[in-house]
Amino acid sequence: MALAFDEYGRPFIIIKEQEQKTRLRGLDAQKANISAGRSVARILRTSLGPKGMDKMLSSPDGDVTITNDGATILEQMDVDNQIAKLMVELSRSQDYEIGDGTTGVVVMAGSLLEQAEKLLERGIHPIRIAEGYELASRIAVEHLERIAHKFEFGENNIESLVQTCMTTLSSKIVNRCKRKLAEISVKAVLAVADLERKDVNLDLIKVDGKVGGKLEDTELIYGIVVDKDMSHPQMPKQIQDANIAILTCPFEPPKPKTKHKVDIDTVEKFETLRKQEQQYFDDMVQKCKDVGATLVICQWGFDDEANHLLMHRNLPAVRWVGGVELELIAIATGGRIVPRFQELTAEKLGKAGLVREKSFGTTKDRMLYIEHCANSRAVTIFIRGGNKMMIEETKRSIHDALCVARNLIRNNSIVYGGGSAEIACSIAVEAAADRYPGVEQYAIRAFADALDAIPMALAENSGLQPIETLSAVKSQQIKVT
Amino acid sequence: MAIERILKDDASEEKGERARMASFVGAMAIADLVKTTLGPKGMDKILQSTGRGQSVTVTNDGATILKSLHIDNPAAKVLVDISKVQDDEVGDGTTSVVVLAGELLREAEKLVASKIHPMTIIEGFRMAAKCAREALLKRVVDNKTNEEKFKMDLMKIAKTTLSSKILSQDKEHFAKLAVDAVLRLKGSTNLESIQIIKKPGGSLKDSFLDEGFILDKKIGIGQPKRIENANILVANTAMDTDKVKIYGARVRVDSMAKVADIEAAEKQKMREKVDKILAHGINCFVNRQLIYNFPEELFANAGVLAIEHADFDGIERLALVTGGEIASTFDNPESVKLGHCKLIEEIMIGEDKLIKFSGVEMGQACTVVLRGASHHVLDEAERSLHDALCVLSQTVNDSRVLFGGGWPEMVMAKAVDELARTTPGKRSHAIEAFSKALVAIPTTIADNAGLDSAELVARLRAEHNKEESNAGIDVISGSVGDMSELGISEAFKVKQAVLLSATEAAEMILRVDEIITCAPRRREDRM
Repeated sequence: MALAFDEYGRPFIIIKEQEQKTRLRGLDAQKANISAGRSVARILRTSLGPKGMDKMLSSPDGDVTITNDGATILEQMDVDNQIAKLMVELSRSQDYEIGDGTTGVVVMAGSLLEQAEKLLERGIHPIRIAEGYELASRIAVEHLERIAHKFEFGENNIESLVQTCMTTLSSKIVNRCKRKLAEISVKAVLAVADLERKDVNLDLIKVDGKVGGKLEDTELIYGIVVDKDMSHPQMPKQIQDANIAILTCPFEPPKPKTKHKVDIDTVEKFETLRKQEQQYFDDMVQKCKDVGATLVICQWGFDDEANHLLMHRNLPAVRWVGGVELELIAIATGGRIVPRFQELTAEKLGKAGLVREKSFGTTKDRMLYIEHCANSRAVTIFIRGGNKMMIEETKRSIHDALCVARNLIRNNSIVYGGGSAEIACSIAVEAAADRYPGVEQYAIRAFADALDAIPMALAENSGLQPIETLSAVKSQQIKVT
Repeated sequence: MAIERILKDDASEEKGERARMASFVGAMAIADLVKTTLGPKGMDKILQSTGRGQSVTVTNDGATILKSLHIDNPAAKVLVDISKVQDDEVGDGTTSVVVLAGELLREAEKLVASKIHPMTIIEGFRMAAKCAREALLKRVVDNKTNEEKFKMDLMKIAKTTLSSKILSQDKEHFAKLAVDAVLRLKGSTNLESIQIIKKPGGSLKDSFLDEGFILDKKIGIGQPKRIENANILVANTAMDTDKVKIYGARVRVDSMAKVADIEAAEKQKMREKVDKILAHGINCFVNRQLIYNFPEELFANAGVLAIEHADFDGIERLALVTGGEIASTFDNPESVKLGHCKLIEEIMIGEDKLIKFSGVEMGQACTVVLRGASHHVLDEAERSLHDALCVLSQTVNDSRVLFGGGWPEMVMAKAVDELARTTPGKRSHAIEAFSKALVAIPTTIADNAGLDSAELVARLRAEHNKEESNAGIDVISGSVGDMSELGISEAFKVKQAVLLSATEAAEMILRVDEIITCAPRRREDRM
């Protein structure tokens, strides 16, 4: 009750509606925050590592998601507590920047908080603890840089990249075919990578999934897969050496962009109008044929008459292709996106070695494969799977693997996994703690203990004895250094 | 000090044991639900919809039953999903996949109770699934090269698929129908070319396959009821008013005479259009959109049969069948391909009149006319026939065939058992459990038939111990029989899909150790 009494002894209220607000102060507040952070970390702890388990999340609309990826789990959980929301943000930013390690970061944050709680109870001031943590983290990062290796890779030597990607995939449900998926991801990233600038644009890699088939049928296509079919059922289903015209104007009579009305007041005008209409369609199709296009891809739709004319003049066409896909097709085939028929010229056409329409299962689902493109900078990873949830999880896993490959291209140093990097840093930090006088020493030791949390979680999830295993590994590491 | 809740109100979290319990219970409930529909003596279920109209569906097909259920439990939703996918991919085996997945989870629960880690169980299941698939591949039969034998295989598969459905009384008849229809497709898996028309009346035996094409429309008044050696133009154009397509055009006149002029001009336009169409030299005109009375009259005067409002699928099929192209412009009569057929006539089925196109060029499309006692019977017959057609069309592409009647399951179980014996470590428990789950399918089939399942399965296992045995369950005689003599076969693709899907689904559910449910979305109270 935040009541205050003024000089006359009359009470007055400091905070509005203060019965409805609760207030925690001091150590209680910090403990409450820490316990919130720890409970989030506890949820994710069992998902860590190759023996980590998945979580099933049910959304407000009844959709079910089964996943192992930390960022996804936290996003789908409807958290209310503010500190928990901070943890969610932490995981999300790790996902955006790096792509992988979203579970590990939250587990580590939770264990840092746990260690801090013990220090707070001893009466150490939080700011001193924070400063100690800063020092310790700097020591740890330096040590990490010392033990990292740089390794070589190239177009033909992708083995080390593949191995790193396999580590990422081994904790997900798709680890049954982790070798194949790792190879697909690495090849995809190398195909779109800019090796001089050491950068990769992941937008050029399209990840698309279709229910059916098996996980092993997932493939990398050096081209684009579009979820559309030919606009007329009697158009040819396969085209070799296609010249592709990429249009964003509909095959319909032109709609001027200014508001207007066309008034017909005599029969002759009616006739002329009619003839004009027919002429339009003819012109449009003729223009496409004149520049030598053998396939038309359009962002908008076709009028029925135009559709029939296209089929009649042997010009296969695809309509209602989305904007993003259109751009990818333009990049892959080297064509230019044309907004008006008048601007269509032969140089603006894209080239592809093979375009075919493929159908799946017993449904009418058909997809268009555009392959052997001139410029193979845009690729598609086409995922098949047993059911929708598998496909969603596979998409997320591949995204993680792609990010890992991208990070390696940006900075090709690696450290070894399995908790060894964490244990090495923990030993280094512990050793450095003795050199600091003052209370920071305790904070630095606490940091070292927190670093042990990740290998311990890995051991626990695998069913080994955590403390025994950890001490055995530590003694091994100290022996070697 | 209050423990901070991190989730919103109404959201709940279940961890560890309780989460696993909830998943298992949900999945097993679903599996038990559809178990009784498995096999030739399987029973159907009545589904009553809660919406307006309270329509009733009677069905045996697993996917249909599961699709109509409203389920809360997330693990059960996973099973419903795999059943749907099995339906889309292969068409049959939708019940088997759910039953197998449920059994795998039941066995897995026992293992978890004896403190084996779920990851070990999953590893064991994967090894077992691989071994089972290889065992099947060794014993598969492929008759692609021998046409006669292949047709026999297809007949057997069709009969096996239909034996658990309502059509089982007329198995022979429908199996022949399905095989004929699929062989006409010549390898394409597009089942759209087979049209199924349902007409209540008569009995199931009166259903027939028509090699031509039947359109569910009546011939207009005053038009010829029978045309021989027909040239057909298939079109998709507006024959009501020829709308002006230029955006924003309006007719604006200032006297009635001019209005009459313009109307006359429209009529003239329509007349010209009909003339252009007639210039193609056709005697039948099929349009997807409407044909107004005026053009219809013009057609009738010229002795041309005009059919309007045929649905889009029908138009595609018609074009496939007659070899014509779907036209929308009529300026070049020479270059448009016309369809041909020998005879168009109006026939009566039951009480309805339909138009039949017979003697068509390309026999790819065909029509199946189903007769039956009521709408429910017809709906279920259509679903069953659809299942059989799907399986057959997949088999035409992948012609490997296995025996049925529980034979593949016993073969797989035997191979997996041997693997279990040679594997060291806890995984072997999981592999053994996989084998036990496989045996559940023949057990269920025997149970549904009212036989002593334990006795039969034991006898079957003993038979399979001999090399190259063809033993399976014969529900008609109630004992173990030779499947190659009885002619019970199944497609390899179906069995493989069932095996892989069920294993995947069981893996997914086993990997879960926590269920977090978000608050249901708040809806505003409706009046």
